[in-house]
Amino acid sequence: MTAEAVPASAILLRSGNVRVKKLAETIAIPLGALLASAVLFSIFLLLLGKSPIEFFALVWTGGFGSSFAIQQSLQRAAPLLLTGLAFAIPARIGLTIIGGEGALVLGGFAAAAIAIPLVSNSAPAFLTLPIMAIFAMSAGGIWIGLAGWLRHYRGVNETISSLLLSYIAIAIMNFFVEGMLRDPSSANKPSTMPIGDAYKVGNIPGLDVHWGLAAGILLAVVLYILMSRTTFGFAARMTGGNPRAALAQGLPVGFLIVSCCMIAGACAGLAGFFEVAAIHGQANASLVAGYGFTGILVAFLARHNPLVIIPVAVLFGAIAASGGVIQRRMAMPDATVLVLQGILFVVLLVSETFYGRFKIFQPGRTGDRT
Amino acid sequence: MNAMSPLPIAEAAGRAPSLEAIGMTKIFGPLVALDDVSLKVEAGSFHALLGENGAGKSTLVKSIMGFYAADKGRVLLDGREVVIKSPRDARANGIGMVYQQFTLVPCLTAAENLVISRADAPSVIDWTKEKKALNAFLETMPFKVPLDTQVSSLSAGEKQKLEILKLLYLDQRFMILDEPTSVLTPGEADEMLGLLGGMAARKEITVLMISHKFREVKAFCDSFTVLRRGKFTGAGDAKTATIAEMSQMMIGDTTIRERAKRLTQSEKPDVLELAGLFAEDNDGLPAIRAINLKIKAGEIVGIAGVSGNGQSALVEALAGQRKLSDGEIRIHGEAFHPNRSAFDRFKVFGLPEEPLKNATVPKMSVAENLAFRAFDKPPVASLGWWMSPGPMRRKAEDLIARYRIKTTSPDSPIETLSGGNVQRAVLARELSGDVDVLIVANPCFGLDFASVAEIRSQIMEQRNRGAAVLLVSEDLDEILELADRVAVMSGGTINYISPVEDTDRNIIGQHMAGH
Repeated sequence: MTAEAVPASAILLRSGNVRVKKLAETIAIPLGALLASAVLFSIFLLLLGKSPIEFFALVWTGGFGSSFAIQQSLQRAAPLLLTGLAFAIPARIGLTIIGGEGALVLGGFAAAAIAIPLVSNSAPAFLTLPIMAIFAMSAGGIWIGLAGWLRHYRGVNETISSLLLSYIAIAIMNFFVEGMLRDPSSANKPSTMPIGDAYKVGNIPGLDVHWGLAAGILLAVVLYILMSRTTFGFAARMTGGNPRAALAQGLPVGFLIVSCCMIAGACAGLAGFFEVAAIHGQANASLVAGYGFTGILVAFLARHNPLVIIPVAVLFGAIAASGGVIQRRMAMPDATVLVLQGILFVVLLVSETFYGRFKIFQPGRTGDRT
Repeated sequence: MNAMSPLPIAEAAGRAPSLEAIGMTKIFGPLVALDDVSLKVEAGSFHALLGENGAGKSTLVKSIMGFYAADKGRVLLDGREVVIKSPRDARANGIGMVYQQFTLVPCLTAAENLVISRADAPSVIDWTKEKKALNAFLETMPFKVPLDTQVSSLSAGEKQKLEILKLLYLDQRFMILDEPTSVLTPGEADEMLGLLGGMAARKEITVLMISHKFREVKAFCDSFTVLRRGKFTGAGDAKTATIAEMSQMMIGDTTIRERAKRLTQSEKPDVLELAGLFAEDNDGLPAIRAINLKIKAGEIVGIAGVSGNGQSALVEALAGQRKLSDGEIRIHGEAFHPNRSAFDRFKVFGLPEEPLKNATVPKMSVAENLAFRAFDKPPVASLGWWMSPGPMRRKAEDLIARYRIKTTSPDSPIETLSGGNVQRAVLARELSGDVDVLIVANPCFGLDFASVAEIRSQIMEQRNRGAAVLLVSEDLDEILELADRVAVMSGGTINYISPVEDTDRNIIGQHMAGH
């Protein structure tokens, strides 16, 4: 154990190496997982007697083949980006929160509900929309914050509580949408009162994509900076990596956990706001579209890195957007893409166990023997 | 090998096997963990395997047990070569091992643990018959364990005995024990080693014991083998070899940093005061009760005790990892609540046990881990929240050089460092500033000789500079070496306290056992 001092230049050289290797690992493993799921899914298609090549070609044309297709993909990427963040931020502090769906639904419902008095009193749109967004984010934030609070102060498993809270959120929406907040004119599909076109969030100029995409990208960048360059993010990562050490450093672990959960819930709630204010114009069962769950997949593939979530969300948006084309052209149910997503998820979970297993990515251990 | 009808001890005599490992080599990637090591254990002997941490002792026994496939080497049992590819093969050959961590099922009784451990345990167990057989078996054993008690409520000593009984029950007469006394009181340890020594002398069993403790080796073992850095460095008769000779083989020519001198201090004021501390364990049962203690500036108070008597709960309470249910911690007469601002204001630092688990975030880089105290203060943080990687990195490079932390890079995850270097990194982080209060728990657990000496002298230096040091340790020698006063914890409270010069190992041992 007599270590001689290592010259600083040698440290610099090797540290560059370590960073490159780490980066290579975080790229190679998810890429490998993507490939492996493509292979598995191809086998599934072959068993059905369909051509995998045609399928992937259709995913490409349906997702990116035309400007219309690209805009469709981006439109679907917007909520995935936000629900991806809703999984990724708690993941950084060591929590597995899968309740993004519920926070999205509750956020969308809160936005639609607060819109009713505002719209019926013809409040201006520039006031109404921010208020709707704030209500949506608060509702989502409180919802997931509750899961974090239960986790830290009562020891309730956050994965289970957030999932169950999701069902409660959906039930709450249904309760009001089918009851006292039901718009009498919505006969077949109980909904809240439509906010009307005057109050809708418009599209990004030059694109047929609503502002939710821009908001998602902005939020992803902001959260990336928050997690990687601020003391809050550092403390959160310490807590996520080792809560005992974080406590021993006197960090306010409970505050950090609840804050991260509230940020996550606010992201999902904002996704709900855009679903209501930009797409549906009202809250109804269409909000329960599975974006919250696909967001989990997005976050996993992005290794919980908010910046990487942006392209991954676009990819999943494209897969979802191509569902219709596949249905028409290959005579397969549009749930086929869900099979692909399912396979991807399982393969990704398995690939998580490969980190640190491949020698070429390791910086080399320093003389441990036992 | 018929465990259904254990052999009476009389028949067992003379059945102790001999074991010889020849030219064992094991390579892990770039690391030669074992380099052509040979070991000979005579039938019916009590053989000690000595070596520092990382010397390759565990690798050797794991290779013998079939956990690792040795790259080279042969194992002879009673002079006949055996092929051991898995622990199952080892078991079939009558070789068994007691691990440092217990391998008993805590929610089952001792009897249930014994019966299910059998390879031929029937699907439907006739308990009346088994109990009778077990009682008959226990009759022949030199030590007893209550058969119908749940393992979770047995003491550490009883669990250790049960582990050994399990090997005998399975008729594994070559026993490998990995530091078997680390969880026992000195009294329990002596009793157990004495009994095993007796069985070996009667040629009922052969024992190979990994140990760090020269005292036990001298008192109970017949012969020993020493490893250093994966190589065989010596063997001999434990009765005739001196401790100096053995330690020379263990540490070789490594120069050890000079131990810091204990400066005599004039009477200083009390700094840390624990006033009636109570705390509960995770199950809500009392973990510490009415702890009262005052520590002066420039004083080390060592807390001795068998592990599990509340020491870790006490350290956790001081570090903010466990809530106090009653009592108050005072520093310089002011109430101290363990949070970040109070740690900084009162200059409280800590070296917890198992630093990788308690003081670092294994997946974060060495540089980030070194910044845990400083990440939210200038120069790393500006405005209280914006962090700059530049100053953090420069600080890390400085500490890595000053404390001679061996790492491939400041960006390597700290989990890739060896135990000694992790501890050194924590030391660098916690001791590089001004320290008023230092909480230390088992700082040298699992470290090699040279690191131990260095870490102890760092602790002594802090004392000499005027820090109040609370040292919790399961290693009595460490406490006797470092402490100015010794306190003993038993059953969650301090039942004895004395200046170190007015006490000795025996008195402390009696209080550790709760007398």
